[in-house]
Amino acid sequence: MNRLARFSAVLLGVLVASVALVPALAATDPLAIGDVLATRLVPPVSLDALGHFHLLGTDRFGRDLFVRMMLAGRISLTVGVAGSLLAGVVGTVVGAAAAWRGGLADRVAMGVSDALLSIPRLILLLLCAALWQPGAATVLVVLGATGWMGVARLVRGEVLGVRAQPYVSAAHALGASSSRVLWRHVVPNALGPAIVATTLGVGNAILLESGLSFLGLGIQPPAPSWGNMIAGGRDLIVTAPWVAIAPGVALIVTVLACTLLGDSLRDRLAGERPRDIAERA
Amino acid sequence: MRRLAAAVVLLWLVVTLTFILVRLAPGDAAALLVPPTATPEDAARLRAELALDAPIAVQYAKWMGGLLRGDLGESFSQRRPVARVLREALPVSLGLGGSSLVLTFLVGVAVGTLQATRRGTIVDPVLTFATTAIYAAPSYWLALSLIAVFTYGATVWGLPVGLRLPAFGIRDPAGVETGWAAAVDLVRHAVLPVTVLAAVGAAGIARYARSTVADLAAAEWVRTARAKGLRSRAVYGRHVLANALPPLVVLLGLSLPGVVAGSVFVESVFAWPGMGRVMVVAIASRDYPVVMGATVLYAALVILANLAADLVLPLLDPRRDA
Repeated sequence: MNRLARFSAVLLGVLVASVALVPALAATDPLAIGDVLATRLVPPVSLDALGHFHLLGTDRFGRDLFVRMMLAGRISLTVGVAGSLLAGVVGTVVGAAAAWRGGLADRVAMGVSDALLSIPRLILLLLCAALWQPGAATVLVVLGATGWMGVARLVRGEVLGVRAQPYVSAAHALGASSSRVLWRHVVPNALGPAIVATTLGVGNAILLESGLSFLGLGIQPPAPSWGNMIAGGRDLIVTAPWVAIAPGVALIVTVLACTLLGDSLRDRLAGERPRDIAERA
Repeated sequence: MRRLAAAVVLLWLVVTLTFILVRLAPGDAAALLVPPTATPEDAARLRAELALDAPIAVQYAKWMGGLLRGDLGESFSQRRPVARVLREALPVSLGLGGSSLVLTFLVGVAVGTLQATRRGTIVDPVLTFATTAIYAAPSYWLALSLIAVFTYGATVWGLPVGLRLPAFGIRDPAGVETGWAAAVDLVRHAVLPVTVLAAVGAAGIARYARSTVADLAAAEWVRTARAKGLRSRAVYGRHVLANALPPLVVLLGLSLPGVVAGSVFVESVFAWPGMGRVMVVAIASRDYPVVMGATVLYAALVILANLAADLVLPLLDPRRDA
């Protein structure tokens, strides 16, 4: 692990600890709206009219931005990690099954995956997310539904390669059932690229969630997510720029750390494919 | 020819999947279209008029039939042909995407090559950190930050007029200029959105160019080129870049649809009347024909870009056979 990756790992650790602890320990409720006139739009590192200190200032309703940002981090991190994981699991199952079964199942699975890959992921996300009830669960499912294709192709290729290995014939010869050979012997040896793709996918999933929330199609207020917090600061960008800037910085730091960590993992295991870049929102 | 046939089949699959996806969603388009005072009978009449009450298979057959004749149907909410709606929006997005793509390529390759040739110095990790940070930044956030600096800040700090850039729209609403003045006005409106898209894209290309150039620089023929006394500039210009460019050009082609799709956010922030805005507005109002038409157009762009990449790569790199 190089220095950048170690730095990222520490950064992510600190981030996870603070999104877990800060909202729980904070003196103010990040969702409650109190004396709006006395507390709204306080600049960073200053006191409001009631004498409370705000590290990153307050938003238009007088809610503390730092505590809100940490609460939003819980949602954004959870949805990002879980969404990418879901895509990874679905992709692994589809890819492995397609390669193992071959024939019609393989053709159908790869046809559907090619078709879905032909729609830019952002557009596919918009289609799915906007037409269904918006919310964290929808975003999660949609991230899984639109992200599995790349992993499926990687796993399919790996499984086809692993299938030719002598130990697979040996397992068959020992009388193991077909599905046991697949899931116990083949898939564990075909997971490398899928793990890299899933790790690199976390940053992307966090970005996509925030994008949907920014457009009003993801996490719905009053629940904070970094995306809808930036949307909330959009028309204040000239009078109170910190409202939109602060959650953006949190987003960049998180995605940056995830990407650097994924990079170092990939450098050990596989090569970057052009599509990863082309698909970026 | 085989490839072309495969592309057509793929497009058909996309169209069908999209149709299923859109019609599976809960929600009633007619209920959203009628005025608030309308009775259930009014909604039913509208549903019949838009053929939304027909069986889903019939609607699908009708839509596919139209598509084969080049007819994308009529927008529910705007009551004009979808093709015309898209024809107005596509050039805006293509112009935005295309011009930022050119910038993306030039800046990205330059930065990536600089990094690869400065490996082992402080320049490389600093630029890696910078490009990864920009790559990690959401485009709408970059857009808002640039507006804060160049639209608002530039006025407050009394920067020269040339640096006070307009943040919204594609032309000055009060402007009646023609010719040069109109062109200058358009360019001034385009600077911020193009910069945002190019910055995010260039960061991604630079990351890729860095590893490609670094890999190539380790090749034996590079050592040969150095051994015969070529200067560093000639080694990189004539030998390394010539070999690094084909995959980058292909990557660029593959990026175009992504950039056009990515402009959803930039168009939303800067209020540009492009494809992204059409898509977002159509989805919100359940304007199915526009949603379907726009998705088909996006997919056609992707499939065309892939096809073009497959065809162009052997021309750029004779070692690869089609």
